[in-house]
Amino acid sequence: MSTAAPLRRSLVTPTTLVLVALVVIAFSFLLQRFLFGLGAVANINPGYPWGIWVVVDVIIGTAFGCGGFAMALLVYIFNRGQYHPLMRPALLSGLFGYTLGGFAVIFDLGRYWQAYNLLLPWHAQLNSVMFEVALCVMAYVVVLWIEFSPAFLERFGFVGIKRILERWMFVIVALGVLLPTMHQSSLGSMLLVMEYRLSPLWFTLWLPALFVISALAMGYAVVMFEATVVSKTFALPSEHSLISKMSIVVGWITVAWLVLRFGDLFARNALPLAFIGSISVFLFWVENAMFLAAALVFITPAGRASQRASFLGAVALLAGGSLYRLDAYLIGYQPLNNWSYFPSVPELMVSIGVVALEVLLYLIFIKTLPVLHGDAARR
Amino acid sequence: MTEVDRRDFLRGAGFATAAAAVPTEASAAIARPPKQISPQAVGMLYDSTLCIGCRACVAACKEANKMPAEVPATLTGWNENTWDSAEDLSGRTLNVIKVYRNGTAEQKDHEINGFAFVKRHCLHCIDPSCVSVCPVGAMQKDAATGIVRYDPDVCIGCRYCVYGCPFGVPQFDFSSALGKIAKCEFCRHLQKDGKIPACCDVCPTGASLFGPVKELEREIERRTAAAPGTPYQFPRGKIGENRPPNAATIPTYVKGVYGEHEAGGTQVRYLAGVPFPKLGLPTVGRQSPASLSEGMQHTIYQWLIAPLVAFVGFAFLARRNLALHRDDDAPTSKEG
Repeated sequence: MSTAAPLRRSLVTPTTLVLVALVVIAFSFLLQRFLFGLGAVANINPGYPWGIWVVVDVIIGTAFGCGGFAMALLVYIFNRGQYHPLMRPALLSGLFGYTLGGFAVIFDLGRYWQAYNLLLPWHAQLNSVMFEVALCVMAYVVVLWIEFSPAFLERFGFVGIKRILERWMFVIVALGVLLPTMHQSSLGSMLLVMEYRLSPLWFTLWLPALFVISALAMGYAVVMFEATVVSKTFALPSEHSLISKMSIVVGWITVAWLVLRFGDLFARNALPLAFIGSISVFLFWVENAMFLAAALVFITPAGRASQRASFLGAVALLAGGSLYRLDAYLIGYQPLNNWSYFPSVPELMVSIGVVALEVLLYLIFIKTLPVLHGDAARR
Repeated sequence: MTEVDRRDFLRGAGFATAAAAVPTEASAAIARPPKQISPQAVGMLYDSTLCIGCRACVAACKEANKMPAEVPATLTGWNENTWDSAEDLSGRTLNVIKVYRNGTAEQKDHEINGFAFVKRHCLHCIDPSCVSVCPVGAMQKDAATGIVRYDPDVCIGCRYCVYGCPFGVPQFDFSSALGKIAKCEFCRHLQKDGKIPACCDVCPTGASLFGPVKELEREIERRTAAAPGTPYQFPRGKIGENRPPNAATIPTYVKGVYGEHEAGGTQVRYLAGVPFPKLGLPTVGRQSPASLSEGMQHTIYQWLIAPLVAFVGFAFLARRNLALHRDDDAPTSKEG
C-alpha cells in the first residue's frame, strides 16, 4: 500500500524567499503593536472591536485548518481507507491553520500577558462560549501535533514510541473529530449573543450547525485545493481520481448547508431582507452563490470528472465559506454610533504574514518529513 | 458634544425592528429562564427633560475615575487638553452627554424643530451579556447591588464584551500598549466611603439621580402619573437623601421607560421627551441575549453527555477502522 516520503526538493526557492520577506514584514508590525498598542497598527475601534486578526486569522483560518478534521471523519469514522493518502497533507495544513490561529489570538489579545487565566480553573467561566472555544482549540492543537507526530517519529526512527502511539491512536483520532465539531459549531454559537446587533440574514438559532457544516465542507475543499496545487507545482502525478470520488460527499454536504441556510431564512420570514439593496445583502448573495456553484460542480458527474472544474469548485467553497464567516462577524453586524471599519495596511500585512508563515512551514515540512504520498514524492 | 446621528437609526431601522420583535417561540424555548433583579439593586434614573447639557457629570466622572480629557482631532486647534470634549464612550470616557437636534432646534425636548440631551454609560443589565461572554470572569455582577464590575487583573483583553454588549458600552483603550476595558462601575470606589456616583453627586437639576432601583421605580411612577405642567419637587443626588430638590413642573414624557425591559431589564432607567431611538438609545428586544446564548450552550453541553457519547462512538469506530487498515496507517518511510 501507499507510504509517505519527504519531497526531495530544495528548501530555498524564490517562493520561499518571498514568503520569508512577508513574515519579516508582519513581525515588524507586530513589534509596533506590542510597543504602542493595538490602535497603533490596527483600525479596530469602539464600534468594531474585532477586526481581521480575529475574523480572518482565527474564525476563517481555523476553518481552513479543518482538512484534518474532515479527512479523519471520512477515513477513520466512515471507514473510507482509500482516501488515506490525503490524510497526512490534510493534517499538516490543519496543524498550521490551528497553531497559527492560536498564535494570532495572542497578538490580538489586548492583555495577552494574562492569557494564562484561561487555564486557571478558578477563572473558568462556563457560561462563556469563548471559554469553550479557547479550551477546545488549545486541546485540538495538541491533538493535531500528536496525530501528525508519526511523520516525525518515522523520520527520526523512533519505532518504539510510534508503536505505542499507534495502539492509542484511536483515542487521538476520536478527539480529532470531536473537538473540531465542538469548537467549529461554537464559533457560530459565539454570535448567539449578538441577537440585536446582527442582521437576521445571519442571526439564527442554527448558527452552530451552519458553522460546523461549512467548516467540514471547507475542510474537504482545502484538501482538494492543496492536492491540486502541490501536484501541479511539483509536477507530481495528479490525485484527481481520488478527489473526484470524494467530491460527491462534499457536494451533498454543501447542498445540505444550502438547504438549512435557506430553509431557516424562509421559516423565519427573513428572506424579504435579502432583497433590500445594500452591500451586506450583495455579499449575502455572493456568499451563497459560491456555495451553490460548488454544489453544482460536485454533484454533477461532468463537474467531478473535470479537474479544472473541481479545483474551481473547491476555490468557490473556500471563498464562500470565508465570506460567510466574514459577513456573520463583521459585514452583517450593526455597530452602534456609525463606526466603520476597513483593515489598515499594517493589519493586512500581519494577516498576510500569518498565511505566508503557514505556507512556508507547510513547504518546509513536506520537503523534510514523510508527508506526501510516497510513490509520488520519491520521484 | 456630539450630535446623535440620524443615519444611525435610519440605517438600522430595517433590521432593528425585526430584531426587536418578540422572541420567536424557538428562541424562547432554548433560552434559559430570565434573571431577576436583586432586591438591594442600586441604579440611576436619567430624566432627559431635566438635563441642561452642562456636562458637569462628564467632568466629575473623569475626575472621580482619573480618566484623561479627550479632544477630538477636529478641535485640537484651539483646545489644548484643557477642555474635555469627549464625543462618545471610549477607553478614556465612561460617561458622555450627547445631543439630539432637529430642524430649527428651538424647543427643548421636542422631536420636531427641537433638541434634547441624552447621557450614555453602562446600564448595569439585570442579565448582562458582558458577564456572560467573558471567558475568564473579569466581568462580575454583584449579587446584592447588581453593579457590573470589571477586574483588569483578570481580563485577557479579548474584547468579546465590547462586541457583545447590546448597548455598546464597554470600551477597550486601543491607544495604550497595556490597554484595558473601561466602563462605568457606578463609582463603586466612592460608594465604599459612603459617597454616591460622581455624576449624580454633581448634577444640578437631578437629571441624574442615584438610588435603590425599587425607589427609583416609584419615582418614575410618580412622575409619569402626574399631569404635565404639575409643579413637582425633583429630588437631586440620591433619592431619599435630604438635599434641596429642584422645583420645576412635570414635562410631557414620551411613552415608556427605557431600560425597564431592554435586554431583560437594566438598573439604569431613562425618561425622555423625545422618542428613545432618536436619542440614539439602541433598539433592543426584551429577551436578554445572554439567556439565549447560555441556553443554547447548556442545551448542547448539558452534563457533557452529548460530547461524551460522540467521543465513545468515534473512538469505537476509529479503533475498529484503524485495525482494519493497519497497513495504511503504518507507512514505513524508506528514508526513515
